[in-house]
Amino acid sequence: MSDTTPTGYMERTRLYYRALGYGSDYVWAHHADAPFARLAKPLAESRIAFVSTSSPPDRSNRDDKGGRHVWSGPTDAPPDRLLTHDLAWDKETTHTRDRASFLPIEAAQSLAREGLIAGLTPSFHGIPTEYSHRKTIDVDAPELVRRLRDERSDGVLLFPI
Amino acid sequence: MSLAARAIEEAGIPTVIVGSARDIVEHCGVPRFLFTDLPLGNPAGWPDRPDMQRDVVAMALRLLASAPGPRSTEVAPVTWKDDPGWRARYAHVDPEKMAKLRAEGEERRRRQAEAKALKDS
Repeated sequence: MSDTTPTGYMERTRLYYRALGYGSDYVWAHHADAPFARLAKPLAESRIAFVSTSSPPDRSNRDDKGGRHVWSGPTDAPPDRLLTHDLAWDKETTHTRDRASFLPIEAAQSLAREGLIAGLTPSFHGIPTEYSHRKTIDVDAPELVRRLRDERSDGVLLFPI
Repeated sequence: MSLAARAIEEAGIPTVIVGSARDIVEHCGVPRFLFTDLPLGNPAGWPDRPDMQRDVVAMALRLLASAPGPRSTEVAPVTWKDDPGWRARYAHVDPEKMAKLRAEGEERRRRQAEAKALKDS
């Protein structure tokens, strides 16, 4: 493979899990179309929300049975570190000790000071990465939408790890 | 995350996904996608490079406002460090380590069964 050909993550993951001995391949969500909404205001007047797949340092997004839930944190005092070790990412090549490399709150605040956007919403949000599409569609996504609406988010950037 | 983006957009709020697994995101079908061709783990840019992270966020925000329609993908002009071979490293299956991988899989399935039993209890 050349070093400029984008990595085929689906094929790579299928082969890896087969090598681990899993009997059936994961089935990724697939849609031919996608919904589309437009910003209701100019970008410079818009308040933007950020969403991550990471977990809070105190694991407060987990219930006593290990289930993971949507969570939120403050954008005016974001944690320096967030938990990422339970997620699949390239732990041999890079690291996630710089939280801004996967949740770049300071970059957005700097752009807000320059007037590109009105600012960030008071909270950023975390949504678990789940094997089950159904859990995401029926439980986590509606909760995330509720939180985004509560803070009158005009647009959202999502940063999957 | 792609399914979440679709749900948010269906609720009337525009979204951009910023990240690197282009084939998975486009297979799902999302409203807007800024492709950062970096190792999984740092969708917003290299660690400790706030200048790069800022450029990526600015590009994502402009895509939020300017995308002409659904399934809009833009490619961020970022590349990984001088590290030949990084692409081949993630989830690499080494034919000489099949037994080790199989054992890791057994251990993983044992932990998953435990977690499921706890959830169902």
